[in-house]
Amino acid sequence: MQRRQLLQAAATAGFAWAAVGRTAFATTASPSGQPLPGNKRLIVVFLRGAVDGLSVVAPYGEGAYYQARSSIALARPGQDGGLIDLDGHFGLNPNLAPLMPLWQSGKLAFVQASGSPDPTRSHFDAQDYMESGTPGRKGTPDGWLNRLLGAEPPVVAQAGAHAGVTRGISVGATLPRIWAGANPVANIANGARATKPTLLDRPQVSQAFDALYAGDDAMSKAYRESQQSRAEVNEAMTPAAMDREQMAANNGAPLPNGFPDDAARLAQLMRRDPNVQIAFLALGGWDTHVNQGGAKGQLANRLQPLGQGLAELATRLGPAFDDTTVLVISEFGRTVRQNGTGGTDHGHGNVMWALGGNIAGGKVYGRWPGIDASALNEGRDLAVTTDFRQVLAGVCARNLGLPDRKLAEVFPGFNGAPLNLARV
Amino acid sequence: MTLSTTPTLTRRSALAAALAAMAWRPALAAAEPDAAQANALHVLNRLAFGPTPGDLDRVTRMGAPAWIAEQLHPDRLALPSFLVDQLATLQTPHETQRELVDGYKQMQKEAKAAKQAETASPDGKKPATAEDAARRQKVAAITVEAGQERLLQALNSPRQLQEVLVDFWFNHFNVFQGKGLDRVLVESYEREAIRPHVFGRFRSMLGATAKHPAMLFYLDNWLSVAPGYQPRRGAAKASGLNENYARELMELHTLGVDGGYTQQDVTELARILTGWTLAPDRPQHRRFLDGPDNSASGHGDSIFAFDPERHDNGTKTWLGHAVAPRGQLEGEAALDVLARHPATARHIAFKLARRFVADEPAPELVSQVAQRFLDTDGDLRAAMQAIVDSPEFHDPRPVKFKTPYQYVMSSVRATGITTTNVKPLMAVLTQLGQPLYGCQTPDGYHDTEADWLNPNAVTQRVNFATALASGKLPLQRVDDPNAPVGEANGMKAMERQADRAMAGKQPVEGSTPPVDADALLVTLGPAISDKTRATVAASAPALRAALVLGSPDFMRR
Repeated sequence: MQRRQLLQAAATAGFAWAAVGRTAFATTASPSGQPLPGNKRLIVVFLRGAVDGLSVVAPYGEGAYYQARSSIALARPGQDGGLIDLDGHFGLNPNLAPLMPLWQSGKLAFVQASGSPDPTRSHFDAQDYMESGTPGRKGTPDGWLNRLLGAEPPVVAQAGAHAGVTRGISVGATLPRIWAGANPVANIANGARATKPTLLDRPQVSQAFDALYAGDDAMSKAYRESQQSRAEVNEAMTPAAMDREQMAANNGAPLPNGFPDDAARLAQLMRRDPNVQIAFLALGGWDTHVNQGGAKGQLANRLQPLGQGLAELATRLGPAFDDTTVLVISEFGRTVRQNGTGGTDHGHGNVMWALGGNIAGGKVYGRWPGIDASALNEGRDLAVTTDFRQVLAGVCARNLGLPDRKLAEVFPGFNGAPLNLARV
Repeated sequence: MTLSTTPTLTRRSALAAALAAMAWRPALAAAEPDAAQANALHVLNRLAFGPTPGDLDRVTRMGAPAWIAEQLHPDRLALPSFLVDQLATLQTPHETQRELVDGYKQMQKEAKAAKQAETASPDGKKPATAEDAARRQKVAAITVEAGQERLLQALNSPRQLQEVLVDFWFNHFNVFQGKGLDRVLVESYEREAIRPHVFGRFRSMLGATAKHPAMLFYLDNWLSVAPGYQPRRGAAKASGLNENYARELMELHTLGVDGGYTQQDVTELARILTGWTLAPDRPQHRRFLDGPDNSASGHGDSIFAFDPERHDNGTKTWLGHAVAPRGQLEGEAALDVLARHPATARHIAFKLARRFVADEPAPELVSQVAQRFLDTDGDLRAAMQAIVDSPEFHDPRPVKFKTPYQYVMSSVRATGITTTNVKPLMAVLTQLGQPLYGCQTPDGYHDTEADWLNPNAVTQRVNFATALASGKLPLQRVDDPNAPVGEANGMKAMERQADRAMAGKQPVEGSTPPVDADALLVTLGPAISDKTRATVAASAPALRAALVLGSPDFMRR
């Protein structure tokens, strides 16, 4: 139903393109207003399954941390496999070492003890709330990234940029809840498949199917959006260009499959195609109920490619990183105490990550409630002292330049104070 | 029914009357051939994976009600001999749970040894041992066999509703093949815990999934123990509670997230289920009492065990009731309570109605199915009967957008191609975002248009349709079972080949002949609109079959 609304809205806005060729997209109008001001960009990375934020940015300065986590706590900075000190109280997981240059140059910040005002411990409800941007309300039909696409911005994009279907790009075979809504979004496959040739690239095949998908129905619209975005993506990511970038960035060594590879691809697309303003990708595998490990082990094996991929993303965006904000979010945190099986169960407060040229980084934000027994949420979890919408709204307002009056459209029902993470 | 539902009842009776007039009764079929054919198509789309050549005619002639009655009693339908023969070649169904688990542990041990050898070797390179290759080969073979068993039946079994329900219920009680032991256990899980129960009692399936090692491992309950428990030497490390399974058992398998339980209920249910674990592999350590329902799977080789030493023997308070210490019986009673709970009935009824009727099913349909579920103590055949008896089910509009699984199965069925190698289809399902046994999270794949209709999905389906119709998928390739995994035989290799097929590269060995568009149009009948038929007829002959399978009409059911 959300999808239908999306396409109906697109139709009424005069979204008309016939058989789309490589040049046709340049003339299509955005169905939903103008791009975000300047070339401000946002990338959201969702860690599905609830990453253990206390192992990402660990409060090594508190004895309670070591008491609660006898076998999975990370050692203090300076010790073997120890944390990387951030501010004398918190330390970064050593598997995220590739992010330290960003921290040192003040382009990486964390917001500790952030999360949802809703108490649910269901992954699926909590993800739903974080994607709709309306905790506690299941009926919200659209996702906040889609509403952000539609929010009318005050400043026209720089000359040469054209608002097309690729303003919003999702990496993966399906479109998650965060994109549901009235504005068109393109999705590209994970991995190298995103740019591999297909039968539909052959003109005789695409012409025949164009005739079948010429209608106003949801599938015809989706077909045309896909064809158009593919033309754009292909233009930005010719194999020759990809190869050159790959060689330059890695001294010829290929990236591992998975997130670093997808991140590098996305960075190239965003650098070369000024249309792309908002991107989303999701990573699973964070639900570490058993044998979570410490400096090594299961969680470490997930964090290592994440850190590497985020660093790739920053590097490969090049100058565009100055105008980009990358947010790393996850539906809730995990229990402060480790459970009976060397893991952690569903908790509450977590850490949110923000990277970007205009992030006032090198700082752990948020009021730290502590993890003494008396400070815990329901006696077991890190309490939430910053509503996740304060962070999202702050980035939208201060880093993307969304006017205050538009914030209420993107985060309906939210009356809190946006948290300012911006440098200027 | 209360007074407030009266207007809806009126609407429902009107719908029922209209549908009756549309030759729903076989007596009218002769007089209304178009309507009878539309009915046949509708039930084939909703209760089967679409028509194969000749199905539409056959079901039109026998009438939809007679066909549905057959489908609800699959034991009355014989499997064709070629399917029986193909299933007979599978090895995994003959292995016991113990053999599968021990085999996997042995492989892990060898892998660990190989890794140590790697560290020890001066150049730091991993020596590719023969054991290592054999291990990967074995795991890959089990993966493919699970796919063969599932997909060959989905494509070829006349017991179509059973196959649709196997997909539905596996997904409801999802386990993920990519997690550890489950790499070798999904085949056993589906065969023992899901398949035998799809027309049986919900409680039986609930018990069978709760005790299958695939679920015990996937949601970690095998490690959940009473606080302070000291594992004996060599046993898996565990010193306390793990609430993963208890939570998903209520949230996903039974009551539903709004079923009215609290965090305390989750913790208490986890305590109730402590000790539900896997029997240890060394016989001298077997010291378990068999529970009353220990052979719920119907197979004598279950390695489920209740370990009283791991069980929390305190009194629990769960869903408002005090639970006295009774060992395994506490868990059995909890499953009884959950299986008979009205919230469970609503949750299951909603999911069935969403699968078989509409993305947002009418509330009165859901309550009717839920009521039948409660009245029959969770008889799943009766619940299905309630679905097909409802006027909502017989609304003939194709409002459901096919999932990738439904789209791929119905495409291959419509072509009439006899698939003997399902690996290309497994690769395509991965490309389309629905890898078989590959849903990582316990909620399973979602089931609505909003979940599956997106730009990339439509064009990927078109690419698959074009590759299939032009005979570019090696669905009849005979693989050398001894070929090394990772070269020509593995799933990654298959995915690369599927990518090549999607790009229209030359057909490889074992490909199928191009599909005849005219025959395809006869097979699908009213599924393809006149408008689409006109566009197809105006296109190049070589592309016509691709256009039929890749048409918007064929993406719905």
